[in-house]
Amino acid sequence: MTELDSPKPETPEASDEAEAPELIEPYNSVRRSSLSFRDLFTETTISLTARPARTLLTALGTILGVAALVATLGLAGTAGNQILTRFDELVATQVTVEPESGFFSGPNSRTISVIPFDADDRLQRLNGVVSAGTISDVDVGGALASSVPVDDPLGQNEVQVPVVATSAGLFAAARAQVLTGRTFDVGHDQRADPVAVLGPGAARRLNVTQTANAPAIFVGDQPLVIVGILADVRRKPELLNAIIIPNGIARDRFGLSAPSEVLIETEVGAAELIEAQAPTALYPNAPDRLDADAPPTPTRARNSVQTDVNSLFLVLGAISLVVGAIGIANVTLVSVLERTGEIGLRRALGGTRRHIALQFLTESAALGTIAGILGTSLGILTVVIVSATREWTPVLNPGLPLVAPFLGSLIGLVAGTYPAWKAANLEPIAALRGAE
Amino acid sequence: MSLSAPSAHPVVHLEGVGRVFDSTPPVEALKATDLVIYPGEYVAIVGPSGSGKSTLLHLLGLLDSPTSGTYWLDGIDTSTLSEPERAGLRGSKVGFVFQSFHLLAHRTTVENVALAELYSSQSRSDRTERATAALERVGLGHRLDAFPTTLSGGERQRVAVARALVASPSLVLADEPTGNLDSMTTDAVLSMFADLHASGITLAVITHDAEVAERAQRQISIRDGVVTSL
Repeated sequence: MTELDSPKPETPEASDEAEAPELIEPYNSVRRSSLSFRDLFTETTISLTARPARTLLTALGTILGVAALVATLGLAGTAGNQILTRFDELVATQVTVEPESGFFSGPNSRTISVIPFDADDRLQRLNGVVSAGTISDVDVGGALASSVPVDDPLGQNEVQVPVVATSAGLFAAARAQVLTGRTFDVGHDQRADPVAVLGPGAARRLNVTQTANAPAIFVGDQPLVIVGILADVRRKPELLNAIIIPNGIARDRFGLSAPSEVLIETEVGAAELIEAQAPTALYPNAPDRLDADAPPTPTRARNSVQTDVNSLFLVLGAISLVVGAIGIANVTLVSVLERTGEIGLRRALGGTRRHIALQFLTESAALGTIAGILGTSLGILTVVIVSATREWTPVLNPGLPLVAPFLGSLIGLVAGTYPAWKAANLEPIAALRGAE
Repeated sequence: MSLSAPSAHPVVHLEGVGRVFDSTPPVEALKATDLVIYPGEYVAIVGPSGSGKSTLLHLLGLLDSPTSGTYWLDGIDTSTLSEPERAGLRGSKVGFVFQSFHLLAHRTTVENVALAELYSSQSRSDRTERATAALERVGLGHRLDAFPTTLSGGERQRVAVARALVASPSLVLADEPTGNLDSMTTDAVLSMFADLHASGITLAVITHDAEVAERAQRQISIRDGVVTSL
């Protein structure tokens, strides 16, 4: 049995023997008061189990606090992983290049674009590029679009539809899906053929539903043959409502001087590399006049997601832990007041102030540990249930369930300090007389 | 070991013991007192409230230290002891019986009695045995597993006496032991004290009740911090 206070060996004290030489040996020895770990454990168990409902209620704040922390950390890890897989699909493989802003040729001029019209070819040579295409808004001078060449005075058949000029490669880079017909190709572009592809919104507004008989539309007085209608795009949603024409005809008839943006789809993991290489490939003379933009890398995405979620909920968890600690401190303090009689009795039976303090500290620490274990279980259960309902894979740091219960112990210990000190400093006789 | 003869070594030996409380102005609760109690004596300490009875009880029970004088308990000079030693001596040499019993409600009588040896280094296995023996000694051998709430006042006080006896103390200190009891049970408890006295236990009963005091072998009066033998 381990002793907290090792008993003093039974040595008769010399001074006493001088005073009382005739005294019988066993009466003249002083044993130090002591309390074994096992006894302390038994006492704590009895105290905590005497009123189980009260014990549980006392621990409730800490249970919820630990549960909130564990659930927060678990859910942040779990959610971070889910968001990451969604990012992989589109954003993580996308690079855009735009002219560096800040270059003005004059007060009425836009940023001068140095993006070449053969951007597709230049970029396709880079290792890691899946597809690339240019995209530019076309200034049609306010011209309206219509699907019939004659004015019908009874019906409004001229509508304002944005016109966008692209290279042939953009459809792949934007992951466009064709509803009917086809997209235009490099040949259309080079010959400056008057063709167009309609986004689904534009097709609806222009009443074009099929391409079998090569319908034509007019933008101002420029006829365009519709070769295809898109069903959807995964990038560049502005294409959905636009009339999309090749760069060739845009240069020829609408005065497009240079593409205003390049959209690149990369291999997974190549985005950062392409981000660095694309400006040089596009404009070797002065690559810094182009501004390439890649999404944050997957790890960065995950970290920022976790940081955002964590910092919010960790604060909430910490607050509930503080509330839990106050709860334990409060009830322990009340129980010190209730148990003054018991404290006085224990002192009279040979307990020291230290023993009393130790007993109350052990009780609150044990309570905190129990709360920590229950809270951790509750938190993990929450993570699993939420993951199950969202069809996520629960992700949990394996160290968390091992560390979290000790957080409870620590809270119990801290919360029990003041009540234990208070209990240890009660005057025994006052305590014995005051109770009941 | 019925040593009632004054020739034996005293259990309690106070020499010039006084207690002054540090307040403004300082309160001299107990003036310099000489007191000797021999083994096997049955002493009653009588006095009205505020007379210094509690202070004397604190000092005799090692719950407080005198500010002057020397107190030998069982021949041991208590002024030289450390706090754990004083507590150990208190647990092993002094048995307390309180006015309000102070039994723990959630423990059986035998557990309550065994609690007396919690802070001693006595082996755990024998504690229940000794507690049972002590309860049998006060006539409660049939109620070992009862909870205090199911006991009568007299029975509770007998459990408290058993708890005071279990560590075989040199001195049993009773603080108003009959204050919470009716006259019938008071009588029973006092008879029990007489039996204990007959079996050689050294008893000091602190009371304001003259009737209780009369049952003792010797009476000591305390008034305004001054102790006088009657």
